[in-house]
Amino acid sequence: MEAVYLDHAATSPVHPQVVEAMLPVYHEVFGNPSSVHNFGRKARRILDEARRTVAKSINASEKEIVFTSGGTEADNLAIIGTARANQEKGKHIITTSIEHHATLHAVENLESEGFEVTYLPVDESGAVRIEDVESSLRDDTILVSIMMVNNETGVIQPIDEIADLLKNHQAHFHSDIVQAYGLMKWDVQQVPVDFLAVSGHKINGPKGIGFLYIREGSTIESLQYGGEQERKRRAGTENVPAIKGLQTAIELIEDEREQYKENYLRYKQAFLQVLDENKVDYSVNGSKEKCVESIVNISFPGMNVEALLTNFDLSGIAASSGSACTAGSVEPSHVLTAMFGKGDPRTTNSIRFSFGLANNEDNVKDAAEKVSQIIHRLSD
Amino acid sequence: MKDPKDTRVVVGMSGGVDSSVAALLLKQQGYDVVGIFMKNWDDTDENGVCTATEDYEDVIRVCNQLDIPYYAVNFEKQYWEKVFTYFLEEYKAGRTPNPDVMCNKEIKFKAFLDHAMSLGADYLATGHYAQVRENNGKYEMLRGVDNNKDQTYFLNQLSQDVLKKVMFPLGHIEKKQVRAIAEEHGLATAKKKDSTGICFIGERNFKEFLSEYLPAQPGNMETLDGEVKGKHDGLMYYTLGQRQGLGIGGAGDPWFVVGKNVEENILYVGQGFHHDALYSDGLIATKVNWTSGETPEEPFSCTAKFRYRQNDSGVTVYPLEDGRLKVMFDEPERAITPGQAVVFYNEEVCLGGATIDTVLKEDTAITYVG
Repeated sequence: MEAVYLDHAATSPVHPQVVEAMLPVYHEVFGNPSSVHNFGRKARRILDEARRTVAKSINASEKEIVFTSGGTEADNLAIIGTARANQEKGKHIITTSIEHHATLHAVENLESEGFEVTYLPVDESGAVRIEDVESSLRDDTILVSIMMVNNETGVIQPIDEIADLLKNHQAHFHSDIVQAYGLMKWDVQQVPVDFLAVSGHKINGPKGIGFLYIREGSTIESLQYGGEQERKRRAGTENVPAIKGLQTAIELIEDEREQYKENYLRYKQAFLQVLDENKVDYSVNGSKEKCVESIVNISFPGMNVEALLTNFDLSGIAASSGSACTAGSVEPSHVLTAMFGKGDPRTTNSIRFSFGLANNEDNVKDAAEKVSQIIHRLSD
Repeated sequence: MKDPKDTRVVVGMSGGVDSSVAALLLKQQGYDVVGIFMKNWDDTDENGVCTATEDYEDVIRVCNQLDIPYYAVNFEKQYWEKVFTYFLEEYKAGRTPNPDVMCNKEIKFKAFLDHAMSLGADYLATGHYAQVRENNGKYEMLRGVDNNKDQTYFLNQLSQDVLKKVMFPLGHIEKKQVRAIAEEHGLATAKKKDSTGICFIGERNFKEFLSEYLPAQPGNMETLDGEVKGKHDGLMYYTLGQRQGLGIGGAGDPWFVVGKNVEENILYVGQGFHHDALYSDGLIATKVNWTSGETPEEPFSCTAKFRYRQNDSGVTVYPLEDGRLKVMFDEPERAITPGQAVVFYNEEVCLGGATIDTVLKEDTAITYVG
């Protein structure tokens, strides 16, 4: 049984060229980039080159890039760091109810520090409404944090419009673009965001590395104490091999982005087509148009997530759901709950399939056949 | 019979040593083993700590050691509806329920079994100390060879349909061997303490737990002659034959619970372990299950257990026309408790069981035991 990986939004296979680029760093360049000797300088050179690539990829300057341990740390640093540094200007934060937990739990933590948080709703299509952002803005709003692409549904949020709206407001604008970065070209000169969080392992890079874009002039408080790395914004010796890996992953997506988009869209369509051919009862959650190519979130009426995911895995299909099912506790997906309301069956019968480098049209179709069989078997 | 490697066995794994070794033995026999953790109760405390999370971590560690896939499934809703509701109803009625028997019947060997089958399993295995023997297409449930651990008492409600789909890999070995096997293979749960008590109560104070769900109604503690000996905290906190927690001092033999009057909220007490009121010579039982699937029509003699870890006693079983059973004891029995199970045996074979409904003395129902 050949296993088919349809969970690229959780993490993605590391591109062989990324591994190749990292190995010499492990083998030969062990120096500490802060050291004042030859060994250190070799490492520092790798760090600088990588920072240049990262900055260029979003049309930012190198000084605006802080390497982090990943998306979660980048989100935490942007949100908590900005809130703490700007609290004399106000204590109001706006975010959405569909954010990743890296954002939601960070703002919840800020609530306990006395910040006030507005959680914007989304419509059935899974998108936040620009009117809602506008009407919740207050004079004391210091931060708006809204993700670019939702990790469960793939639905694209109106970031450009929100950024425009915030142009003349004191609030900083942070966007978690972890799921978007691989497939959507970004230019911080065009879209006036203040912070962007990116993760390496979602774009075929290594785990444990990511970055935060911090627009020049934005103030943040560091969350970690130690050395003066990353212009005092992120203490701790840099993970140089992983940073090299991140750089390579970025170079690869810059070259391949259009091809990837085309491929993943084709996979998604092929997957749904097989379900249609097999007369599977399903519906796609969220907007089909304003959605990233690589993700599709599907509700299977009458099913439940546990039975589905277990059956899928036993048949070699790796997918996931937004409903957390650790230790047998099924928490309905907070994203789908925000879209459809509490208690809607779709919050506990939906599966996210996400496509990527581990796929080709054949294995996606095979997987869809197996999914169809399982749904039919469980419906009996 | 299919080859073991083509035979999928879902093992119900609790995170304890027994189910860990059950999975190990099946894996060694070459089966396609899948470990599944079942969550029936949410005991998340104010710090967000939940024993289920810890237990599932142990399941994960063991399954990784065995290189088998692991999953979790949630039956909190079914457990609440089928087991916990019954548990509370029985206590309200002044009886002493057995949630483990009910859990096996309604959850582990029904909802969970169905789930296992939906995953394409051929068998469901658990770490129970019991055995299944096939004989020409008929299945018998036998006691586990470790007399001290035998769990057929709790499995008395299993039917032929269930028995043909279950495996008890520990039935033929002793508990201390199970520990030894776990240690020999370095299983993560080898030294883990056995869980005690009712699963949803765990190590907590039983009285406190129950009071969260049922209002306690304090009342009088009286002798059967009506002499008031003190106050009780609520009938549900006491069970027949109990000595602890009565708080009656004075001269003579210690005091024991000998009965309950639910209507008048009186707890009857009597002096001496062998108080006459605690003894009975028969019972009427309901919710009868025969593991063979065949209902006897004629009276017959066999042995029976009236509670877990008790020696068998000789009885004669009289099937009644309405489906209930009358069970007469060879010798008078002490503290037969309504709500508990009576389980029948023929030598090593567990014939089935029922719920004790009425206790008899000289062929008349004893009214004071609730």
